[in-house]
Amino acid sequence: MASVRPYGHFTHAVVRGIPESFGRKAEGGETDGECETDLAKAQRQFGVLTGALRQKVGLQLIEIPPDPNLPESWRIEDVAVIQGDTALITRPWKQQRRSEAEALRRVLSELNLTVVEMGGEEGGSGGATLEGSDVLFTGKEFFVGISSHTNHRGAEVLADTFRDFAVSTVPVCGGARLKNVCSMGGPNTIVIGNSEGAKKTLRTMEQLTDHHYEVLTVPEDMAANCIYVRGASKMDFLLHRPTEECPNSAPAFQKLTDYTLLPTACSEAFKLGGVLSSFCLLINRKLQI
Amino acid sequence: MTTEAASETEVKKEPEKSEEQPAAAEPDAAAQTAEPAAGDGKKEPEQPKPAGNNPAGDNPGSDQPAPDGAAPPAPGEAPQNPEAPPPTSEKKKEKEQPAGKGISRFLPPWLKRQKSQSQEPPKEAPKEGSEPPAKDGEPEQGPEGKEPTPEPQPEAKEPPPEQEEKHSIGSADTQPVKEEKAEDEEVKETEEKKAEEVKKEEEQTAKPEGKPAKSPLKLTKKMKMVVCQVAMLDGTQFSCEVEKRAKGQYLFFKVCEHLNLLEKDYFGLSFKDNADQKCWLDPTKEIKRQIRSSPWQFAFNVKFYPPDPSQLTEDITRYLLCLQLRQDIASGRLPCSFVTHALLGSFSLQAELGDHDPDEHRLDYISDFQFAPSQTKELEEKVVELHKTHRGLTPAQADAQFLENAKKLSMYGVDLHHAKDSEGVDIMLGVCANGLLIYKDRLRINRFAWPKILKISYKRSNFYIKIRPGETEQFESTVGFKLPNHRAAKKVWKVCVEHHTFFRLVTPEQPQKAKFLTLGSKFRYSGRTQAQTRQASSLIDRPAPYFERTSSKRVSRSLDGAPVVSVTDSALKPDASAPALSSPVAEENGREPGLELPSDSKSKLRVKGENIYVRHSNLMLEDLDKTQEDVLKHQASISELKRSFMESTPDPRPSQWEKRLTASPATSLRLQAQGKTPPRTEAALPDGKAEDKSADVKQKPEPGELAEVEIEETVVIEEIRKAPKAKPATPEIAAVPEVAVISAAAEKEKKEEKRRSREASTSSESHSESEEEAEYHPQVASVSVEQIKEEPEEEEKEEEEELSKETPPPAVSPAAEAPPDVTVVGKGAAVVVKEEVEEEESAENTAVPADEGQNGHPEAPPEEEEEEPRVNGDASHEAERIPQVICCSEPPVVKTEMVTISDTFAAQKTEISTKEVPIVHTETKTITYEAAQLDGSGDGEPGVLMTAQTITSESLCTTTTTHITKTLKGGLSETRIEKRIVITGDSDIDHDQALAQAIKEAKEQHPDMSVTRVVVHKETELAEEGED
Repeated sequence: MASVRPYGHFTHAVVRGIPESFGRKAEGGETDGECETDLAKAQRQFGVLTGALRQKVGLQLIEIPPDPNLPESWRIEDVAVIQGDTALITRPWKQQRRSEAEALRRVLSELNLTVVEMGGEEGGSGGATLEGSDVLFTGKEFFVGISSHTNHRGAEVLADTFRDFAVSTVPVCGGARLKNVCSMGGPNTIVIGNSEGAKKTLRTMEQLTDHHYEVLTVPEDMAANCIYVRGASKMDFLLHRPTEECPNSAPAFQKLTDYTLLPTACSEAFKLGGVLSSFCLLINRKLQI
Repeated sequence: MTTEAASETEVKKEPEKSEEQPAAAEPDAAAQTAEPAAGDGKKEPEQPKPAGNNPAGDNPGSDQPAPDGAAPPAPGEAPQNPEAPPPTSEKKKEKEQPAGKGISRFLPPWLKRQKSQSQEPPKEAPKEGSEPPAKDGEPEQGPEGKEPTPEPQPEAKEPPPEQEEKHSIGSADTQPVKEEKAEDEEVKETEEKKAEEVKKEEEQTAKPEGKPAKSPLKLTKKMKMVVCQVAMLDGTQFSCEVEKRAKGQYLFFKVCEHLNLLEKDYFGLSFKDNADQKCWLDPTKEIKRQIRSSPWQFAFNVKFYPPDPSQLTEDITRYLLCLQLRQDIASGRLPCSFVTHALLGSFSLQAELGDHDPDEHRLDYISDFQFAPSQTKELEEKVVELHKTHRGLTPAQADAQFLENAKKLSMYGVDLHHAKDSEGVDIMLGVCANGLLIYKDRLRINRFAWPKILKISYKRSNFYIKIRPGETEQFESTVGFKLPNHRAAKKVWKVCVEHHTFFRLVTPEQPQKAKFLTLGSKFRYSGRTQAQTRQASSLIDRPAPYFERTSSKRVSRSLDGAPVVSVTDSALKPDASAPALSSPVAEENGREPGLELPSDSKSKLRVKGENIYVRHSNLMLEDLDKTQEDVLKHQASISELKRSFMESTPDPRPSQWEKRLTASPATSLRLQAQGKTPPRTEAALPDGKAEDKSADVKQKPEPGELAEVEIEETVVIEEIRKAPKAKPATPEIAAVPEVAVISAAAEKEKKEEKRRSREASTSSESHSESEEEAEYHPQVASVSVEQIKEEPEEEEKEEEEELSKETPPPAVSPAAEAPPDVTVVGKGAAVVVKEEVEEEESAENTAVPADEGQNGHPEAPPEEEEEEPRVNGDASHEAERIPQVICCSEPPVVKTEMVTISDTFAAQKTEISTKEVPIVHTETKTITYEAAQLDGSGDGEPGVLMTAQTITSESLCTTTTTHITKTLKGGLSETRIEKRIVITGDSDIDHDQALAQAIKEAKEQHPDMSVTRVVVHKETELAEEGED
């Protein structure tokens, strides 16, 4: 397992800009009344996020231009699962999202990653669905949340792709996505929300894992989604929701000593169910040719 | 030994020498044979001893083979120069085209025959020839000398090797046959004697197997040799002659010797059963009975994958692990990604070929290697690319790197089994060092760490695990899985028990162990658990053995270097003599022979009958004196009783049977019994505690240790059963159809009464069980721990006693402060043997075994099994212990016959018997110490329960539960030992024989104790598969 190393060593981040169609459903703009999104604000927040990744964390940022025809393409995390040298192009639950991967394939190929197609195997409709936001890779194993968007067959494909690792399925409650309630907060740390659903998910993970993880519990589920990167100089960077958005969780992050905390707003995307990690695919490609 | 060059002169000389010696030897042999014959009439151990001592001591079964091969050549030179034989053989080979012929001279006639029969390829023959002689060299000198000689004479006389061969073959055949015939009868007797002696042997286990054992075997000459083919990890075939009745252990140690492997506890031998399923060869059981009709072909494999290979002591061990993993990877058993395939492959190349040499190593140089199930050009290129980056790594370093990467694979060391969940969904059960993993397709959907598992059991084709309640849960839960068949279920169960024992029972709490160890023989047990293995291997201080690496495909060499040869010479010895490891390992080896002997004895003892429950029989001190004949008589009487009983009693309760079938495994019964004994509730202890105890146990005598470990687990199981309702089996057990209690005087009537009582009791028990569920949980948790703490010393003693019983009878008595009570269990479904000092009925008890014999199952295995468990304890084989721990219920049992021979306490015992029927009750008795005493002693004085201990051991067909209770009455301490032996199995097993053997062993083991009761409960399997 040449690829095994502690979680957090990334060199590249792939992001995709916010399209003008942000907030509109693909079908035709049926937006929930509450989900009034501010495009400009969303784009600002996106800019802050990418800026932090590039300038603060020091990742090489690869930005794929937005496509107005793909209103959800900014959620690039869903479209691929990348571990080591292998990238699995997922099969999103929504039919219309499956074309989002096209641009990404080119990028991944340029990064010399081994691209594995998931859609091709099953072909057609009946099959597996998997979205990256339901996949938590801890550096040692995969957890796949069985949610409204990800099914067992999708998880099986993932397991078949990343054979070195244990792939465990965990339940996700309340229509959320796995990454909505948890994320990695360090090489060996899982940040988890405090809702009943999150607790249940955590219990399942603890039951299924062979490893031991530190658990950082935050009062708000939305705060549980962070972006952790271990920088070049062995600096720990953590992008997390700012105090304004998650007032109760700020103290919890202060427990992470020696971390460089980067509060990053994500309010607009969150209205659409997005979280910080939704915006980027993190890759480790030091051997890039 | 295929080497061709041989000096004729030397060869000739040897034969001559052999001739002379043989002549002298023959008389001895004859004398020996005569002795056994004389002894036949009497069952006394003494007679057998003469013949047996040498032979029995060594390895009745296994010994013979080795000696035979080696004996002829060795006699002359061997004594003087052990090493000499090999060279000679080599020389011969060189000159003579067929190595086999040259060797044949030296080999005894029967060996030749066997070879011819087996049609071994020439290659094999040479190996065998070479190995055996070497071994013989040293070992033969001692005991063997006599037997081998007779045969050698003929050979020696004939000068030309080829001619000699022919002649020798002919003559050899005839002679052996005659001897066999004459001896057969004698042998039987002798074997029986041996069996008795076996115990002694076990005690002596420390001795190297080789010398003593061989001699005995030769004497008997019964031995029929079989050639075993063992597929080694490097792709070579290792052929080895083994006595037909040899136990798995013998072969395994031969293989380890061949490999020069000291850290052998991680490995095992596997074979393919009729269904082409891979099975592990149980070291404590006869090979023949395990493989049945399958060919004698085995594979040397890693059985327990060390989670951290870097902690292995020797490079050779790591190398073998690497070979296994390469095999696993190439076969797809260990899935890994492309990158990992490439990386691991590159380390393999570095280890096998050294640094990448651009000139020498073209792409095709790796075509011989298989790095993945489906190997692509791309992969090979990647492998080469990575290979270049490993420059400078030594083979050992490359292996270490290989392992460091391989161990991280999620499926590393996971033993997968197909199963279905409760909803019929196809899943996979993965047994690994940390626990049990549940997979659906490739996804892990559940995981049960060992600490979370309270009980492991299987019933029919169902496999159950009882889960410790979580923080938020109040009740334990039982998870059931459906396996393809009964065998598969048992297999999973065994694997679980083995893995749990090996990995989980490592006790961090060394201090306690130390105590225990001091009491017993600690070091003997080493090697069974990972912890013990590590401890043992830490003592290894031999120079790193030389071994050659061979690419998986190119193979052809034996792994070991020079050392191997020497090893072969002292096949048995090496283990014993093995440097640091020796202490534990050697002991085990020594015990092996003993184990083997039992098997022989079993065969002789065979008693008909399926499952017999022997409940009460009072065995007095007299019992000890009784000869086998007496025992046989008793058995016969018992058998009669059984018959009458059988005939008289129609199937009482079909419904109950059904229940049984579905629910009750032997284990459940055990559990119930244990439940009563709650004081000992070691099982109840949390995992950690249990482990500790187990560890302690392990440290004690080897056999005992295993047993102890198992016990702990079993205890846990028992607790579960008692408390939780999940144990449907127990009720079933309770519903034993027919129970016959035979008092010394009136059997039938009593039987009926007893039956009634039993039924009543059983029913009550079943109820109690269900009710007990609630109670048990708490007990388990709290009580067990406390008890443990309080009574550690006592327990230790008890354990020792048990162990001693198993091994040497004398030891037991001392160990137990109050030797008086020993319960001997008879068998059938369950056999409980209680020995109470006071009881006089011992004679009857002895008879019981005979009765069991009535059942007349062709196979003697049960006996072996029983012995094995004990032995196991002694021998310290995980496999054996494992079985014990496991709760097995064998579904098929149809009829249950209870024969109770006892007397004084019949009434009281009846309760027990009833319990026994369910299997649980026996233990219950022990548990309810007071009641038991009242019954047994009649004193009625309340005793103070000092300690209680329950040990369960299981082998394929036999489950032995030993419950030891110490009570303080007045100023006297009384130790009561109850053994419940459950013999289950397919019709193949001779239950009667097994029972008889068990009782006999019990008596032998605890000479100081008297057998108070023997209750035989027999359950006949009407239709096994009905429920399945």
